[in-house]
Amino acid sequence: MIVYADNAATTKPSPRALEALVEVAGTFYGNPSSIHTPGQKAKEVLEAARASIARSIGADPREVTFTSGGTEADNHALRSAARLGAKKGKMHLVSSTIEHHAILHTLEALKSEGFEVTLVPVDGAGLVDPQDVKRVIRPDTALVSIMYANNEIGTIEPVKEIAAICREAGVLFHTDAVQAVGHLDLDVHELGIDMLSFSGHKFHGPRGVGALYVRKGVRLLPFIEGGAQERGLRAGTDNLPAIHAMAAALEESLEGRAEKMATVAALRDRLISGLLSIPRTYLNGDPDKRLPGNVSICFEGIEGESLLLMLDSRGIAASSGSACTSGSLDPSHVLLAIGRPHEIAHGSLRLTLDVENTIEEAEYILDTLPGIVEYLRGISPVWEKLEQTA
Amino acid sequence: MLYSDKVMDHFMNPRNVGKIDDANGIGEVGNAKCGDIMKVYLKVEDGIIEDVKFCTFGCASAIATSSIATEMIKGKTLDEAWDLSNKAVVEALDGLPTAKIHCSVLAEEAVKAAIEDYRAGKAPGEQDCDACCLTPTLVPAIATSWSDKLEAD
Repeated sequence: MIVYADNAATTKPSPRALEALVEVAGTFYGNPSSIHTPGQKAKEVLEAARASIARSIGADPREVTFTSGGTEADNHALRSAARLGAKKGKMHLVSSTIEHHAILHTLEALKSEGFEVTLVPVDGAGLVDPQDVKRVIRPDTALVSIMYANNEIGTIEPVKEIAAICREAGVLFHTDAVQAVGHLDLDVHELGIDMLSFSGHKFHGPRGVGALYVRKGVRLLPFIEGGAQERGLRAGTDNLPAIHAMAAALEESLEGRAEKMATVAALRDRLISGLLSIPRTYLNGDPDKRLPGNVSICFEGIEGESLLLMLDSRGIAASSGSACTSGSLDPSHVLLAIGRPHEIAHGSLRLTLDVENTIEEAEYILDTLPGIVEYLRGISPVWEKLEQTA
Repeated sequence: MLYSDKVMDHFMNPRNVGKIDDANGIGEVGNAKCGDIMKVYLKVEDGIIEDVKFCTFGCASAIATSSIATEMIKGKTLDEAWDLSNKAVVEALDGLPTAKIHCSVLAEEAVKAAIEDYRAGKAPGEQDCDACCLTPTLVPAIATSWSDKLEAD
């Protein structure tokens, strides 16, 4: 059995999205910036996709700028807000300790350009306290950026409250909603968000395409210089096939969303309760304020990469926040931020489910995983010590 | 693939995994905080590693380097085992990703720690004759002749 349980990394493009991609690539080959008929036909497809995307998140089409993905949207939002803030002497940026690296590394870069950054902490469940945000906002704060939902531990942040606090303080609020769009009920105007980033491949669209929502009245500086595409904010010939396919995928993912996500959440809860019956195993993230597909667990006494490769050999594709998979010497900054000690954070496993996953697949994971954990613990000197001290 | 077939083979089917109850040399290196701990058990008789086993907490390359290192020292003299280098471990595995080279260093250190433990733990009277009773100047010559003999055998 092959079980794809890494949907937070990327989802499989839906047949509808792939069909849309191929159709537009072959039929609407004109450049949307050209004034001839093929160009204008392509332009119509582009604007229809923009209107569709806007509808899907409760925005106006003019509030949507297409990007190469979530990372570019995050970079664009942060750099633009920082530069505009700097013009008014506002050199302070606020974010959280559990953001994606697209945010954290951009903030690091801005720090080296003279900005001051405050990262609010999270509690043991990974939740940001809106009052913490309120406390750290200063007269010179240019932007607050708090993610909508965490990619590793699945915790859904109180963005509506944070947005209200920022609005009251007159500070711009951006949210990285890469894990939320297409999965959660989300209306940017109702939430009071100024800027929001998302990515097409997290909801069965293609890779290499995303968007940045910027509320009407909020200024955005150009990010890529060149032609007049995206109202001069993001030059370069539009990736029309991918944009069209992303719009189709988002529409599709929102059809019957609540029912689909309830099914996914039931699978998630089956997996979580099954895995927590393994001794010395901990759930990461909030049990309730949680993405429907996220299962994030730490197993004491073992290391995540070994677990992943053994699961892979049994056909199960998952991910981990261990140092060996994070590409650095430290385990995931998110797991450390919620208070997991290094040695436990190394034993993390993330399974991210989708509507295509079945109960049979969940049962297969539950049949397979405990044996692997037991085997790796059996050869682990760390586990031996834990057993001796128990 | 991240790893060579050899690494995956030693990770999925590790050799010499487990413990030796009557081990006379045990070495443990690494740190759980960093994500790797290797523990090597030796059963040494007459200066020869008669049996060796390991337990490892760590990634696939940590397990694979432990496995191949134990395979490379089994049946060898303590001096030969002492000479096991991390480079030899990497070569035997058909290479490791750069970020994983430290696992091979740990494997070398684990073997050396176990040998040191064996040597430290032995009462003087039961010390194997590594020509330690001879004057230092004579040791190299004798060592050479012994290794010649071993090769001939």
